[in-house]
Amino acid sequence: MSDWIEITQLDEIPVLGSRVVKTADENIAIFRTSDDRIFAVKDACPHKQGPLSQGIVHGTAITCPLHNWKIDLASGEALGADEGCTNVYDTKVENNMVYLRIPVD
Amino acid sequence: MFGGLCTPSDLRAIADVADKYNVPEMKVTGGQRIDMFGIQKGDLPAMWKDLSEAGFVSGHTYGKAMRTCKTCVGDTWCRMGTQDSTGLGIKLEELTWGSWMPHKYKLAVSGCPRNCAEATIKDFGVVCVESGYELHVGGNGGIKVRVTDFLTKVETEEEVLEYCGAFSQLYREDAHYLERTAPWVERVGLKKIKKAIIDDEENRKALHARFLISQKPAQIDPWKAHAEGKNANEFIPITIE
Repeated sequence: MSDWIEITQLDEIPVLGSRVVKTADENIAIFRTSDDRIFAVKDACPHKQGPLSQGIVHGTAITCPLHNWKIDLASGEALGADEGCTNVYDTKVENNMVYLRIPVD
Repeated sequence: MFGGLCTPSDLRAIADVADKYNVPEMKVTGGQRIDMFGIQKGDLPAMWKDLSEAGFVSGHTYGKAMRTCKTCVGDTWCRMGTQDSTGLGIKLEELTWGSWMPHKYKLAVSGCPRNCAEATIKDFGVVCVESGYELHVGGNGGIKVRVTDFLTKVETEEEVLEYCGAFSQLYREDAHYLERTAPWVERVGLKKIKKAIIDDEENRKALHARFLISQKPAQIDPWKAHAEGKNANEFIPITIE
């Protein structure tokens, strides 16, 4: 497991919105819920790789903008009748700064 | 682009935006607007700014909201036309744009009973006739096609606007969330709607008045706030090593 990476100030992520973090390998979507919790998942829906970062945040889930799949932000699992999973990443907020941890092989 | 009416400079502004941001695909819609597909999220605020400055507002195609009013050319350009259906469509859209609804909500005005604007499969449709305007409600062209029910006939454009406002408000107050007007009309019955809007003039005027009040804060273009910088950082990715 790699070290915590400093991403951005909490205020730089819209409430019930998201930011995209571009890494060398992939895009990671960071979400902020209505109660200021932060979640990070791979920015690709398990269904057809829709950009989850452009979806709608509700509770601790995200609805994909392409086909309305609902993904649990904590587990990355599809909710309801759909089956599939997207990667999740550890996050933490300290002194208003958002950190992300990306596993290394 | 209310009523689908546009000018050369409107079209030029849209074409300029499409050129400037390399829009991969454009399409004329069934609601008489112009789609732009395949846009990168990061380009949106700048595109919204350009379109907003050219006088366009959001089409609300993403919302449970009033969408568009489809019109035919009416008596200005068609020998069959009986009234100015385009002009009436624009007035209806000026009245209703930006309004949130239990589900999507579509209007149309046809200039004669040949019905080129397909008003009888809309949520609120107007069919112009020599002696006035026939009002039809509860139509749907979707998975389950439903032809509108005839609500009533009125004589003036002002009445069309009042009945449209009243019907829209009654639907918003009475229907379930995610219930289109077609299943709503079938669930509650046309009789109840006629009673509230046709038989009770006072109630109709009160419904319309409530609709007008609600429109005051609703007719704000959501694009404009973003074009002016709202949540601007949301559109900018963060790059890490």
